[in-house]
Amino acid sequence: MSDPDLDLTLLRLLGPTEPEIGCDECFEQLDRYVDAELAGAAAHALMPGLRAHLAGCPACAEEHESLRALLELGAHG
Amino acid sequence: MTAAATRRGGPRKLDAASQEWLDGLRGAGPAREKAAGRLHALLLGAARFEIARRRQALSYLGSGELDELARDAADDAAVSVLRRLDDFRGESRFTTWAYKFALLEASVKVRRRAWRDREVTLEPETWSQFEHPAPGPDWNAERAAVLAAIQEGIRTALTPHQRRVLVALALNGVPIDVLAERLGTTRGALYKTLHDARRKLRAHLQEHGLTEDW
Repeated sequence: MSDPDLDLTLLRLLGPTEPEIGCDECFEQLDRYVDAELAGAAAHALMPGLRAHLAGCPACAEEHESLRALLELGAHG
Repeated sequence: MTAAATRRGGPRKLDAASQEWLDGLRGAGPAREKAAGRLHALLLGAARFEIARRRQALSYLGSGELDELARDAADDAAVSVLRRLDDFRGESRFTTWAYKFALLEASVKVRRRAWRDREVTLEPETWSQFEHPAPGPDWNAERAAVLAAIQEGIRTALTPHQRRVLVALALNGVPIDVLAERLGTTRGALYKTLHDARRKLRAHLQEHGLTEDW
């Protein structure tokens, strides 16, 4: 296991250090969070705990990336 | 209005496009049918987008099967959106809010399909990749101590259920939706178990005097 792999494994095992929300709350707030991100607003300050959750939950992180990408495609495509 | 919507306070003024979506979907007759058709097309586009992004996980499926998966995801997302219409309060654009249902349905379907014929191992003894990591350039004594303490913590500080969930999700790479389906639970409940297990592991490390700057 290389060090980058080990770092990732430690993150997956120990999770984020910041306080985080759960998956259900993440889903509830995700649209507002991404719209705020794309508008250049302080999404993290508006919705504390969501960023940490995305660091700790690969499934929610994928859906965050996809929603962002889809909206960016709509804006620029 | 649902309890979730009520908790978030009073009504907020919607942008014109979002209001038009709500008016159409809450209407009746041909106008409502037209709005529902537009919604399904919007959700299908999002589901296809997500499945195209994740298609490597389903490389053995043909384009027809992938599109069927997208249609199933769009159908399920449309049901969710229409059922939860009163939860939308204009905190984002309506289309952003609707998209997230399609992306969730599509991503869950991709993960479950990709793992449909794969065994999910729940035995903690399968963590061999983690037991003997090769030292790299940043290797140091504290890291070795952290790894040893984590291994001990997994064995001694967690309940059997927490151990199974942590090892499956964090070490064996089982997607959370797949594990939730196999265990008959939800993503949210499993993540709570994972969160509790992680908190116990961190506490175990602190009890051993290990800091978090490894």
